[in-house]
Amino acid sequence: MYTQALNTAETDDRGLEDAVKAAQFQARIDAEERIEPNDWMPAAYRKTLTRQISQHAHSEIVGMLPEGNWITRAPSLRRKAALLAKVQDECGHGLYLYAAAETLGTSREELVDAMLAGKAKYSSIFNYPTLTWADIGTIGWLVDGAAIMNQIPLCRCSYGPYARAMIRVCKEESFHQRQGYEIMLTLCRGSDEQKAMAQDALNRWWWPVLMMFGPPDATSQHSDTSTKWKIKRFSNDELRQKFVDATVPQAQYLGLEIPDRGMTQDAEGHWCYSEIDWTEFKQVLAGNGPCNRDRMAARRKSHDEGAWVREAAAAYAAKRAQRQTAQAAE
Amino acid sequence: MPAANIEISETPLVLYALRRADDALVLGHRLSEWCGHAPMMEEDMALSNVALDLIGQARELYTYAAKAEGKDNDEDKLAYLRDVRQYRNLLLVEQPNGDFAQTLVRQFFYSAFADLYWRAMMNSRDATLAAIAAKSEKESAYHLRHASEWIIRLGDGTDESHARAQAAVDHLWAFTGEMFAVDDGERALIHAGIAVDPGTLRGRWLTTLSDVVSEATLTLPQNDWMQQGGRAGRHSEHLGHLLSELQSIQRTFPGQTW
Repeated sequence: MYTQALNTAETDDRGLEDAVKAAQFQARIDAEERIEPNDWMPAAYRKTLTRQISQHAHSEIVGMLPEGNWITRAPSLRRKAALLAKVQDECGHGLYLYAAAETLGTSREELVDAMLAGKAKYSSIFNYPTLTWADIGTIGWLVDGAAIMNQIPLCRCSYGPYARAMIRVCKEESFHQRQGYEIMLTLCRGSDEQKAMAQDALNRWWWPVLMMFGPPDATSQHSDTSTKWKIKRFSNDELRQKFVDATVPQAQYLGLEIPDRGMTQDAEGHWCYSEIDWTEFKQVLAGNGPCNRDRMAARRKSHDEGAWVREAAAAYAAKRAQRQTAQAAE
Repeated sequence: MPAANIEISETPLVLYALRRADDALVLGHRLSEWCGHAPMMEEDMALSNVALDLIGQARELYTYAAKAEGKDNDEDKLAYLRDVRQYRNLLLVEQPNGDFAQTLVRQFFYSAFADLYWRAMMNSRDATLAAIAAKSEKESAYHLRHASEWIIRLGDGTDESHARAQAAVDHLWAFTGEMFAVDDGERALIHAGIAVDPGTLRGRWLTTLSDVVSEATLTLPQNDWMQQGGRAGRHSEHLGHLLSELQSIQRTFPGQTW
């Protein structure tokens, strides 16, 4: 930092050199080559990916909370085991996404600390409450369904570790989605009360799920460079439309009504939906969703109350290493 | 109308399977309470794994209990439609999670027993119980390893973790005696070669405990007074709360398919 004034010439050279590297980098991306951790990459590419992958990891971890809310109340032993396994999968996704982010040079601890400090985002959808068992079905069906829509193209993302992580994540997510849909199907074939529970859950989750794809293309900040770098392959609105088109027939099969009366199909068969309330989206992002404070409080509580355990594990590992060194010296 | 309790014809074999099923379910449920709240993500994964194994064991044992009873019951009716007085689990497994040390000491005491117990049960003359034992033994061996490693880390970690681990050992010790108790119905099953006499496992159980606890620089209490009652449905106050949560949907919406 302090030598900044002394090496302007060198900086200029570096600038030229970087321009050559940047061109080579873009050529590799254009040729659909994968960028690997030790390859040269522009600082902005590294920053964008670190942000995106860590946000994705935080979403998996915070996402354990709304569904975890029903593990102890699942209505049958089979459902209990399946839900526990599902939430455990999400933790696994979080772990290998943090590992993928670490390949870009920021440690998991730093990334987690940023999230706990409220400096990093996670998906807005997890700031809504799970009120009934039907919410667990709806989350699997719609939230995981939307996540898959977003993540399938990421399997071809230009950054190798992220693309590979996504392949595994997508396989598990698609299993979760089928599981969620099956919960909905069981409810919709059940009693009037169960069907009403399913409809109520769909009513509450529909709009927040559409918001998961992010702001409309006209206002999205990151899309241009992300598209150039082949991190993003489809726009927010394109993915949202794909999701709506896939979901409408699924809702019809369940006999549920999407809470957007008068949806019609256009000439190409796409389902047209009403204007999304972006004010709500902005409020949730700003920390004012129904559960933002609860989610952060729960994460901080686990982290704080677990501090002595992590310290104990570190202290024991250090003692053991010391003993082994002492033994080897004897 | 809330769902009523089911009635069970508790023959010695039905009761025997139910007791082990209740142990596995209640402990699995307790561990599942950690999911999303553990001190580190690796433990969210590990504790969920152990919980899943135990819930799996419970399902097989309930299904077998229902079959042995030969009535209209099934795994879900047995799990969701019996109240506190009908539950037959050990007092140890229903104890609240407390801090991480208490959860791991509870697991350690139980898994050190379960590992020996299921290995011995592989020789049961009852083919179903022997098959359940073969699967459960492998799982219990892993649970024991996981818990033992944590007892050592916590005991020999920092002053704070040592104090917490010792407090957990002291607190939970009185709930271990029940694992080795046998009533008349079980004695008949032991005599028939269907069940094993848990008393014969106590020596080896104590050796496992002593080895791990001494490596952890902890000590086992000298106090021999043991709490009893879980096997006969006389529980601590904690179980009722666990069951009201576990059973809430089934009790609110009786007779439906989920």
